[in-house]
Amino acid sequence: MTIQQISVFLENRAGQLAEITTILADSQINMRALHIAETSDYGVLRMIVDKPQKAASLLLEHGFILSMTAVLAVTVPDEPGALGKILTLLARENMDVEYVYSVFGQVKDRACMIFRVADFKRLAALLEENGMPPARREELGIQDEQKGED
Amino acid sequence: MERYYQKEIECASREQIRAWQDERLVKQVHNVWDNVPYYRKKMEEKGLTPEDIRGVDDLHKLPFVTKDDLRQAYPYGLLARPLKDCVRIQSTSGTTGKRVVAFYTQHDIDLWEDCCARAIMAAGGTDEDVCQVSYGYGLFTGGPGLNGGSHKVGCLTIPTSSGNTERQIMFIRDLNATILCCTPSYAAYLAESMKEMGLTPDQIPLKAGIFGAEAWSQEMRQNIEETLGIKAYDIYGLTELSGPGVSFECSAQSGMHINEDHFIAEIIDPNTGEVLPEGSKGELVFTSITKEAFPLLRYRTRDICVLHHEDCPCGRTHVKMSKPMGRSDDMLIIKGVNVFPSQIETVLLGQSFAPNYQIIVDRVNNTDTMEVLVEMTPEMFSDQLSQVAEKEKQVVAALKAMLGIYAKVRLVAPKSITRSEGKAVRVIDKRKI
Repeated sequence: MTIQQISVFLENRAGQLAEITTILADSQINMRALHIAETSDYGVLRMIVDKPQKAASLLLEHGFILSMTAVLAVTVPDEPGALGKILTLLARENMDVEYVYSVFGQVKDRACMIFRVADFKRLAALLEENGMPPARREELGIQDEQKGED
Repeated sequence: MERYYQKEIECASREQIRAWQDERLVKQVHNVWDNVPYYRKKMEEKGLTPEDIRGVDDLHKLPFVTKDDLRQAYPYGLLARPLKDCVRIQSTSGTTGKRVVAFYTQHDIDLWEDCCARAIMAAGGTDEDVCQVSYGYGLFTGGPGLNGGSHKVGCLTIPTSSGNTERQIMFIRDLNATILCCTPSYAAYLAESMKEMGLTPDQIPLKAGIFGAEAWSQEMRQNIEETLGIKAYDIYGLTELSGPGVSFECSAQSGMHINEDHFIAEIIDPNTGEVLPEGSKGELVFTSITKEAFPLLRYRTRDICVLHHEDCPCGRTHVKMSKPMGRSDDMLIIKGVNVFPSQIETVLLGQSFAPNYQIIVDRVNNTDTMEVLVEMTPEMFSDQLSQVAEKEKQVVAALKAMLGIYAKVRLVAPKSITRSEGKAVRVIDKRKI
């Protein structure tokens, strides 16, 4: 149901993001979504990549501090008002969204949003009820690294 | 016209000053030998008895007292009077392990306040003046010392203590304060604030300022003097010896007269401990010869400076010391507060951060700033920015509790703090003083 997001500590200094993207590019890791939350001094880079385990170990090797965070990917019709519908639904159910951001490009002709909430099961069930099942890992192009497809 | 609080002492002949020092030193050595086992043991280790010290010429034979000694003797180990004779303590800004508690009899306080009164009168103060004391009151010696001195001179004393800038300015203007006592950085801040309010020097009643407890530059002095339309005088002291007023500036504004009837000053080589010839630059060492409760013999201040023996146009005969040019150890003085890098390490470890840090001290708009760079650790990291911010806040609060001053904390990437030969550079002091 959930997918793995990599959250990396970013010092607010020139070249930090470039370093990360270069490390990933050198290992042919593709980024599917990216989001940065920041204060004036530091930030957290949140990203969805096609090979999360490999990306995480590479970044750790390079001395970055990171954590793996479970998030939910939701596809919605790529049209005005679609996201608003979900958010209205969540608001009605009194569910807090910690953060939300979008995936690059379309997933199966739909727009795709990444949600972080406290209770994934509840969100997934709610979406399912309303005809918006969470996107599966493979739909986002995330490889199952456990099976050694690396 | 030069004013003196105790002219017969401040302008005494060198022979007279020497005679006082000889007599009082001998008496003090007997005092500590009889009453302070810690000193007796130190002297015995050097094979000394009180009879070996017959005057200032023999002073160099005595062992030094260091901050370490004070720490070991904490709290009562150097006390030379029964506690029932003591009426007050003051304490340094240091914390666990570094804190020094100094004891005072009523007589000690009297002499200390005399010293501060000399400083106020040297700055032109009289009983016609209104003296605003904006140093902190409490364990810190700044407020209580100048407050007492101001009373002795007979000034109307406004004990505002530090902080609350608006109220400070209100009192200065409404009650026509003529003398301001505070740290130079606070004076600069007050000056800047008054300037921003559109006040010109002729609208500010102040005529003199007595500023100390931290280093300040000639440029800063000029700035404060021009903005407030005053003369700014330097004052020096250590809690260990009494507090402010160990030495003070006169109208010549070229070094601070040491109150030699109470303190004997020596300049030593900080590495060898040898007494250096007149006019040399070295570590300042003080012996308090009139202190009753907490006498210190040959106390190493760690301040590097030069003594000036030439005649002073103000008429005072007591030797002058230059502004301290640096410290012989790693202690930082930030906003007048003693800060040891080890204290920051303690805080970080207590907050489960790695003790990888760097202190950046700077001076922005004439006020010291302190920033602590802390390396992020996996344990402290969270995907949630608010949680990281919360941890950062906790470190800031813990630093404030430990140091007594605000330090900005900046979380940085792991291993990003510069290391030279494997050893991190802990302190970067960008202040130009």
